[in-house]
Amino acid sequence: MTLTRRGALQALGAAAAGAALATPAEARTPHRSAPDDLGLLYDATRCIGCRACVTSCREANGEPRDVTMMAGAPYDAPVDLNGHTLTVIKQWSDGTRDGFVKAQCMHCADPACASVCMMGALHKGPRGVVEYSVDRCVGCRNCQIACPFNVPKFQWTSAAPQIAKCELCRHRWAAGKGPACAEVCPRQAVIAGPRSELLAEAHRRLAATPQAYQGGVYGETEGGGTACLYLSPAGFGPLGLPPLGREPAPALVESVQHGIYQGFVAPVVLFGAFAVMAWKNRAAGQGEEP
Amino acid sequence: MTARATPVQGKLLTPGVKLLLVLWALGTAAGLYRFTQGLGAATAMNDGYPWGIWIAVDVVIGTGLASGGYVLAFLVFILNRGRYHPLVRPALLTSLLGYAVAGVGVAFDLGRYWTMWRIPVSPGLWNHTSVLLEVALCMMAYVLVLFLELSPAWLEGLAAGRDPARARLAARWLPRAQKALPILVGAGLLLPTMHQSSLGALMMMAGLKLHPLWHTGFLPLYFLLTAFIMGFGVIYFESIFSSLAFGRPLEHRLLARLGRWVGVVILVFLVARFAVLGLEGKLGLTVSAGRLGFFFWAEVLILLAAAARFLGLGQEGRPDRALQAALLAMLGGTLYRLDVFLVAYDPGNGWIYFPSLAEILVTLGLIATETVVYVLLVRRFPILAGISPAGQPTVPVGLREGVTP
Repeated sequence: MTLTRRGALQALGAAAAGAALATPAEARTPHRSAPDDLGLLYDATRCIGCRACVTSCREANGEPRDVTMMAGAPYDAPVDLNGHTLTVIKQWSDGTRDGFVKAQCMHCADPACASVCMMGALHKGPRGVVEYSVDRCVGCRNCQIACPFNVPKFQWTSAAPQIAKCELCRHRWAAGKGPACAEVCPRQAVIAGPRSELLAEAHRRLAATPQAYQGGVYGETEGGGTACLYLSPAGFGPLGLPPLGREPAPALVESVQHGIYQGFVAPVVLFGAFAVMAWKNRAAGQGEEP
Repeated sequence: MTARATPVQGKLLTPGVKLLLVLWALGTAAGLYRFTQGLGAATAMNDGYPWGIWIAVDVVIGTGLASGGYVLAFLVFILNRGRYHPLVRPALLTSLLGYAVAGVGVAFDLGRYWTMWRIPVSPGLWNHTSVLLEVALCMMAYVLVLFLELSPAWLEGLAAGRDPARARLAARWLPRAQKALPILVGAGLLLPTMHQSSLGALMMMAGLKLHPLWHTGFLPLYFLLTAFIMGFGVIYFESIFSSLAFGRPLEHRLLARLGRWVGVVILVFLVARFAVLGLEGKLGLTVSAGRLGFFFWAEVLILLAAAARFLGLGQEGRPDRALQAALLAMLGGTLYRLDVFLVAYDPGNGWIYFPSLAEILVTLGLIATETVVYVLLVRRFPILAGISPAGQPTVPVGLREGVTP
């Protein structure tokens, strides 16, 4: 009996140790941005808050207006991204200064939403776009928990709800058009293009008027890099962008899980150990004590 | 020989069961409201808190409390403690029902619930990095395994029934079920080890949205340990509840001996929690986290109190102390899991969440249904260890140890 128990603990220990040791060795390789990934560059020093981008996004994506009654009159005035609003302009303030900030999907190089999505409804598509395919979505909303930017929105009032988020107007590419928001911006506060070009443009602006900006280019390294980049006159905290490190969001979870489930070895070993022990101790299963 | 499990018999529609049926009806009405009016109308969930109590309570806490079968299978088959055998069947049954409730809770929660069936049958679509997928598949498989692990009880129940054809069929399948048991036990141990730990991994991805006192790479370990703690608590609670409700002998000496294991597991959890916080340099947060600090210390103190009571059960194991210990362990594990999934989760932007009446009614309705089905099954099938029939030559081990004369 002692032997049996020792054997069991050894087997379990070996499986656990194997899993633990595998963790650093199997540290996952993050997905990186490609130079021609499609993205946006938003420059908060240029935005005048005209919301042309919000309206054109709505039209380009066939979304209904988000009408709220204010003082007895209807306004198309979304306060945040929602189930039918894929981009929105919000006000920010750091106490002394204020301005505007645009929100939409950041199109992470290594997106958390795609990592958690059970059947890949959210996935990386051509040109790095984080795409949504409703036919693979069960509406579990894990993407909302996972996204560090709180971007994916759920259609709470719909009988057949979907996840709504910016897909960089990929349905317009065939017609030779890019993201609608960038197309209509009167001040080039938001421009679209390959990420490498946007990054170069961002650094050109930083170098040209360094005193106008603070904090560098958000999205260059944050969260493993995003295709949508931000420039700000006041750093990024006031703009509501989270202080992410260089690691992509899925790195921690996937390293731990990959470590444990590497090649499915540990589960198989563990199952074998459990089954053998259960067979050896089947007398105990009948209520007998050794 | 074993302390033979026997059906409890007796009336089904007791006043208690009638009350539970009222809760079931209210839950069903709330459920109808959810399916006709949508999640937005029926629940308080929102884009900031996309997971409410149907996930945090029905699934995460519910399956934690349904870990009794897992814990006992571990004790009996891996640590070779046959004396706990009389507790196995009731524990497996509560596990089966608890996981079934989780499955139904998920159906209420999923926005596109009608596509749910595709998850297990679409291996081509499986995203191998999805922790939730692993949890979903493991839990589905585990419900099946639990049902099969209980097949001796179902078959014995049929064999003792009045229908001769069914009795013959059951008699033929019983030995086969016994033979398959090691494989089933293996699966019944592996699957919860995987998905209970993965429940913790789910919230690792929340990153900055989960308070640093709770966010760590050790979440899977903590969820595995709380599964053990809550599973133990439920075994105690269930034994004491069954003995009160059905007038069964209480296996109090058995429970007293088990207490050492439970106390040690709780202490391991607490030591690991503080050691990891120390390593991560977050110990200061335990006093500076304000409202959340209160929740952290509540977890710690409740579990500490539970451990002290479990370790102090002694030889006789006074049932009142055992019940206190069990309730504290269940409460401590429940609070920890609730904190990780809701209390310590803050998406920012001023989002708030408190469950709606419909959410609460659905959850209560599910718990009520589970309890009614449990009562029904233990009255009709041999689940609970019975009193040995007169003149039996050998005194069963479980009875020798456990029965109050």
